[in-house]
Amino acid sequence: MDEPLNLVLFSGTDDKLQAAAILTAGAAALGKPVNVFLQYWALDAFRRERIDRDHGLAPESGAEGRAHVDALRAAGQVSWAETFRQAKELGVVDIQACSLSMDLLGIEENNLDSLVDGVEGVTAFYLNAANGQVVFI
Amino acid sequence: MIETPTPAVTKTVDARGSFCPGPLMELIRAIRESQVGDVIAVLSSDKGSKTDIPKWIEKAGHRLVVLENLDGYDRIVVEKAR
Repeated sequence: MDEPLNLVLFSGTDDKLQAAAILTAGAAALGKPVNVFLQYWALDAFRRERIDRDHGLAPESGAEGRAHVDALRAAGQVSWAETFRQAKELGVVDIQACSLSMDLLGIEENNLDSLVDGVEGVTAFYLNAANGQVVFI
Repeated sequence: MIETPTPAVTKTVDARGSFCPGPLMELIRAIRESQVGDVIAVLSSDKGSKTDIPKWIEKAGHRLVVLENLDGYDRIVVEKAR
């Protein structure tokens, strides 16, 4: 089996989460397992009652970037949450919440969207990552 | 002279309007639901798919039958080979 792709998601804006979801879907399509580790603001975006909200864009987007993102959405681009859902149907994608970030943000496991498979610490993340690349977004 | 007949399409997946990597994901879903020997056509208006889908077909061990550029979209025909 291929080495997994390991994504650490830190940023919680919709553009970075969309990029991460597309990377995940592409790897899943090739049969590459993907481990996603959610920290800080990315974890916050995966709260069940917040996942479908507008999470804004990275500061460098500006007004022009916002318009491009809105246009693609209006043309039918599916949300990052839906892209993660499709990636999980397609391949082996494990999404884990960082336990320290859970404590930091005061989040309980039952506050998280069902896309999240569990809670783990950084050591478990590295053990699952094995010799695969680790990408921080 | 031996001619390779173009096989009849079993199923068409219309993924026009879906963005990268949507058409590939729809194709993979269709292939999983198909039998070996089935021929699936995918229609895509996404710019990445005409390079990505043939590469995926090769890696996954299927057969690319046709790749054609039509009016504003591409039609990619693949035979499920395994």
